[in-house]
Amino acid sequence: MEAVNNSVELRRVSLNFGSVEVLRTLDLDVAEGEFLVLLGPSGCGKSTLLNCVAGLLDVSAGQIFIKGRNVTWEEPKDRGIGMVFQSYALYPQMTVEGNLSFGLKNARLPREEIANRVARAADILQIKPLLQRRPSELSGGQRQRVAIGRALVRDVDVFLFDEPLSNLDAKLRAELRVEIKRLHQQLANTMIYVTHDQIEAMTLADRIAVMRGGVIQQLDRPQNIYNRPVNRFVAGFIGSPGMNFLDGRMEIEGGKPVLRLADCAVPLDRYGFADAPADGRDVVFGIRPEHVSANSGMDWPFSASASVEVVEPMGSDTLVWTRVGGQPLAVRLPTERAPEEGDTISIGFDPMNASIFGTDDDSRL
Amino acid sequence: MANVASINTTAAAFDAVADRVEGPAGPRPRRVLSRRNILLYGTLILVSAYYLLPLYVMIVTSLKGMPEIRIGNVFAPPLEITFEPWVKAWATACTGLNCDGLSRGFWNSVRITVPSVLLSILIASVNGYALANWRFRGSEMFFTILIVGAFIPYQVMIYPIVILLREMGIYGTLTGLVIVHTIFGMPILTLLFRNYFTSVPEELFKAARVDGAGFWGIYFKIMMPMSLPIFVVAIIIQVTGIWNDFLFGVVYTRPESYPMTVQLNNIVNSVQGVKEYNVNMAATLLTGLVPLIVYFLSGKLFVRGIAAGAVKG
Repeated sequence: MEAVNNSVELRRVSLNFGSVEVLRTLDLDVAEGEFLVLLGPSGCGKSTLLNCVAGLLDVSAGQIFIKGRNVTWEEPKDRGIGMVFQSYALYPQMTVEGNLSFGLKNARLPREEIANRVARAADILQIKPLLQRRPSELSGGQRQRVAIGRALVRDVDVFLFDEPLSNLDAKLRAELRVEIKRLHQQLANTMIYVTHDQIEAMTLADRIAVMRGGVIQQLDRPQNIYNRPVNRFVAGFIGSPGMNFLDGRMEIEGGKPVLRLADCAVPLDRYGFADAPADGRDVVFGIRPEHVSANSGMDWPFSASASVEVVEPMGSDTLVWTRVGGQPLAVRLPTERAPEEGDTISIGFDPMNASIFGTDDDSRL
Repeated sequence: MANVASINTTAAAFDAVADRVEGPAGPRPRRVLSRRNILLYGTLILVSAYYLLPLYVMIVTSLKGMPEIRIGNVFAPPLEITFEPWVKAWATACTGLNCDGLSRGFWNSVRITVPSVLLSILIASVNGYALANWRFRGSEMFFTILIVGAFIPYQVMIYPIVILLREMGIYGTLTGLVIVHTIFGMPILTLLFRNYFTSVPEELFKAARVDGAGFWGIYFKIMMPMSLPIFVVAIIIQVTGIWNDFLFGVVYTRPESYPMTVQLNNIVNSVQGVKEYNVNMAATLLTGLVPLIVYFLSGKLFVRGIAAGAVKG
């Protein structure tokens, strides 16, 4: 019944711990060779979902298919998955080689086959010189490489990553991120990657599934998630510094939709509404700090003058806090063009780049 | 130009700091005879003396002959060192009808302690591992019952166990006593192991499952090699506990298989003839030697294991 080119499929999967619903009738298809990122705040069920795919947790309802095979009741080892954990989870009393070969020995593979696979993984991950060391003698980055290697030797169809980079410092994280991406290009395996770090999600993913409360909010390509978030939660979760939200009222004036704020109006005729805009509806207007310009001298569909309240230099960019219609608005500017606190600047933006959400159900209009 | 000027200022400022010699610098000086030290070491010396003095008296007395003891100077070191009392306590002291000293009791105790320790630790560690990592329906209930068992006074269970052992036909045998020791060690040991295994990161267990290891595979290849400290703690608790046990030994065995502690009591409390204090002291020291050696050999691991296993619950 299921299409062959799907590597992992979840069909109406639910998981309850007692009365707590961790996953709610969730459907998900991951294509062959796809890099899917599960993104969300802690407690959203993303790691739980991964554990269900791995078979470390039993689902309360629903089915899981891997490569078209129903694995809902299978043991983790029989599912054709390899898993990498946040805490590396290396066996402390074994050498790196022991760690890599443990799963293969359990599967009773012939000795030379084990040696071949370990050598190949060590080659790919460049950990050959470390093979005889113990995990305690390795740095964090090396440990995580070994952990990836342990999944690699199993020669599986699907890789599962559970926040693999969260325990590393920022520099190493960036390095290993590139390495994982390279690995994916090289192996072309299906990978499901759990993270709460949106940079990792944006850079690695073919598609991102943003989760909250055990429900996938949006499943789409990173660019679409960033530019066209389906609801206010996704809009606020993706992007750093976060999106500005302005409370206002939508009105139709002279046949054109307008956002009415306390002391000004934003013309919305360039915004791509999903449905025809309704007159007199309370809405939340979201615009990213980088989509607002200041003192550009250009003719924006909306412009206003505002005084600078706080300036936050972030290195390459500077975040400037102003106020529009009585509500705070952050503007992201190149540092060399940043105003000083107390200056009055002219800000402008194009509502085409904005996202508008209804206040009733927070979904995109 | 501006850059050079600013570098100069920094250098000057740095010099100013380096030149400031007077005033406190480096580690704060500590007086050896501060009030704190006197209090600390004074207390330590006092407490040590309190515990070591009886031991000193025992050792000194056990090395004296009876005439010297009769002089009554308990704290004085022996004028003439003799090992006669030790030999007698070990080989020829009489308990009831037997006159082969403590040696019989020693070997009985070894025969009781070794299997009891091994069996109880083996079962309890598997118990603890299952309770920590393989939660099953009712596992919390099972654990609670086990722990409550630790609070029931032994005396309540003595007679029922006598009947049980009699019905099983092993009353009075070493096997029976080994079983009793194994059962009574279960609550505390299971608690110990469960807490230790709970502190092992769960992801390690998950990784092993993904790697295809089963219940026993994970236990023997992952958990056990990681848990040396807690096994040492368990061994110490069990060796000292079982070696020092008197009650079960006297209730569940027959005179020919009495453990060392029971025999020691019989030697010390025997009423015929003169009280040979030197022999009694030597016998007591001999009996206490095994737990003492265990402590000395494994003190460091003991502390590490207790700290690792006991903190997290």
